[in-house]
Amino acid sequence: MSIKSYRAAIREALEQEMLRDPDVILIGEDLAGGAGGGGEDDAWGGPMAVTKGLLGKFGRQRVLDTPVSEAAFMGAAVGAAAAGLRPVAELMFCDFIGVCCDQIVNQAAKYRYTFGGQDRLPLTVRTTMGAGQQLGSQHSQVLVGLFTSFAGLKVVVPSTPYDAKGLLATAIRDDDPVIFCEHRLLYRMREEVPDGSYTIPFGEARIVEEGGDVTIVALSRMVHVAAEAVHALRAEGIHCTLIDPRTTVPLDTDTIFDSVEATGRLVIVDEAGPRCGMASDIAAIVAEELFSALRAPIRRVTPPCVPVPAAPNLEKLYLPDAARVMAVVRELVQR
Amino acid sequence: MGGAGKPATEEDAALRWAYRTMQTIRCFEERLHADFAAGKVPSSVHLYAGQEASATGICAHLGEQDYFHITHRAHGPAIARGADLKAIAQEIWLRAGGLCSGKGGSPHLHDARLKLVGANGGVGSGAALACGSALATRHRGDGGVVVCLLGDGAINQGVVAESFNLAAVWSLPVVFAFENNGYAEATGTAYAIAGNDIAARGAAVGMPIARVDGADYFAVHATAGEAIARARAGGGPSLVEMQVPRFFGHYEGDAQKYRAAGEVAELRRSRDCLVAFRERVLGAGLLTAAELAGIDAKIAAEVDEAFSTAAAAAPPAAAALLSDVYAGRI
Repeated sequence: MSIKSYRAAIREALEQEMLRDPDVILIGEDLAGGAGGGGEDDAWGGPMAVTKGLLGKFGRQRVLDTPVSEAAFMGAAVGAAAAGLRPVAELMFCDFIGVCCDQIVNQAAKYRYTFGGQDRLPLTVRTTMGAGQQLGSQHSQVLVGLFTSFAGLKVVVPSTPYDAKGLLATAIRDDDPVIFCEHRLLYRMREEVPDGSYTIPFGEARIVEEGGDVTIVALSRMVHVAAEAVHALRAEGIHCTLIDPRTTVPLDTDTIFDSVEATGRLVIVDEAGPRCGMASDIAAIVAEELFSALRAPIRRVTPPCVPVPAAPNLEKLYLPDAARVMAVVRELVQR
Repeated sequence: MGGAGKPATEEDAALRWAYRTMQTIRCFEERLHADFAAGKVPSSVHLYAGQEASATGICAHLGEQDYFHITHRAHGPAIARGADLKAIAQEIWLRAGGLCSGKGGSPHLHDARLKLVGANGGVGSGAALACGSALATRHRGDGGVVVCLLGDGAINQGVVAESFNLAAVWSLPVVFAFENNGYAEATGTAYAIAGNDIAARGAAVGMPIARVDGADYFAVHATAGEAIARARAGGGPSLVEMQVPRFFGHYEGDAQKYRAAGEVAELRRSRDCLVAFRERVLGAGLLTAAELAGIDAKIAAEVDEAFSTAAAAAPPAAAALLSDVYAGRI
């Protein structure tokens, strides 16, 4: 056990899984960097420095730097997975799904079903997401709902270093394609993380806080935004249960249902826009199942339906914050 | 020499296999064309008739460690790779006993045990997957190679250009085998491919390239063999462009108004790989007319049986709707 960052926890999971299974390979842009240049090998160690050091331990046969060709290398990862390897492909920004959507959506997600269950596709796609770095509209989206909408994919949204490490190990050992969504603003978050290898099952939500007045479901970095709101609301005498689903496919509906049955109030906090995202999805699932248990309308706290702006003042307005979550919760308990 | 009473040599066996394979494909597709016109085929089909020498000349070189990626024009390549005729027919009829349990259909024939990979509905998408198969076989060090069939339309897909480059950068054991039948759906290559030279685009990434008459089994066999041997020996990727005739439309039901009057009749007259094959082996005394006739009759019976089996077979059970989305529990 030691204090590790989210970034280091992910790197440790990659290293431990590569040691455990020689068929685990890494594919992506600048995972090492430095190929074909006059300077250092492993110059970057990943666009977000997550894979730093793995080149030295595993060599270029297992840490495969690619040209800037997301469609080709994502397709190669799909093909390699179907052929028995366990590739971990890195899509630098989830926004770039735009150029390799066919390979993820038409190939990876449908492979097993289309061919009548003949194959396993143990592919992990690591990608990054989220606003807050003034990177603008094409490098800041949260597309978890989009990934979730495609049958055949599993989707993981770790909010802490501990969860990131354990869920990534599970993803790599899983026999289905998994989209593993890392929030860039969490890379520097630190907490106690076991040194040894461990896994966290998919489909088991984490109950972050417990309280009887309102249920809050939040994803990825929004878990921390919601937690800040929950702590502040406690001082006002409002007690919330905060649930982090950790995976959206499979989704732990049981934990959400149990809590909403007890509180009768649900708020979903998501960093994606309000349409066709996880907030709408979870709202619909709960409304269908537990309408009679609800004491107030389900509320969503999301950014507005606009692309992510780059200017820091606008980006701050765009993102849900604790104050907005608190205002919505207060409204609900007054009903 | 293959006459009766003489011990069959390896060469005889290979020739018989090639003839049997091409004739099976032709018979299967001609019969399917007739059945489709008669309203007996319950799915959309893209026929391979005319292109038989391509898949057959390639598969003659492929062993069990090798991968063969195919396109939506899938029946012929699946037959050439050795997939079960009845299972292919049942997949076209969308039956439970089909290669993909009736969930894929004609454009998605796939047999994982044969490393017959994923007839792909998206034009060109398979080029990237083929790089992955090549990565896997090289990772295992089993000496496998990958041949990826692509149509002329695929050359205009970005992912194909990316895959050429990736295969070259990683020096993968993959052969990009283009079947240029002159049309991407209804649009001619002369219009759609600027420069009208598929192979030249492969040359741009430094791959060895070859152009070959895809209606000549022996030419395809020799050219594909060279490319496959190079990949197997660690020589990296290459590209083979085969000029092939397409005897039917893009899909069945296609009125083919984009083709010149008499075009198909002329192709059938002058560019039929089976006619050329028969002339060559009979002229050289390698096989006899009686042998070929015997093979033809046997194939006709096999195709008849496959089709009648498929027509009578059961559809997938309702529970199949929800199965095989994931390998694990969800």
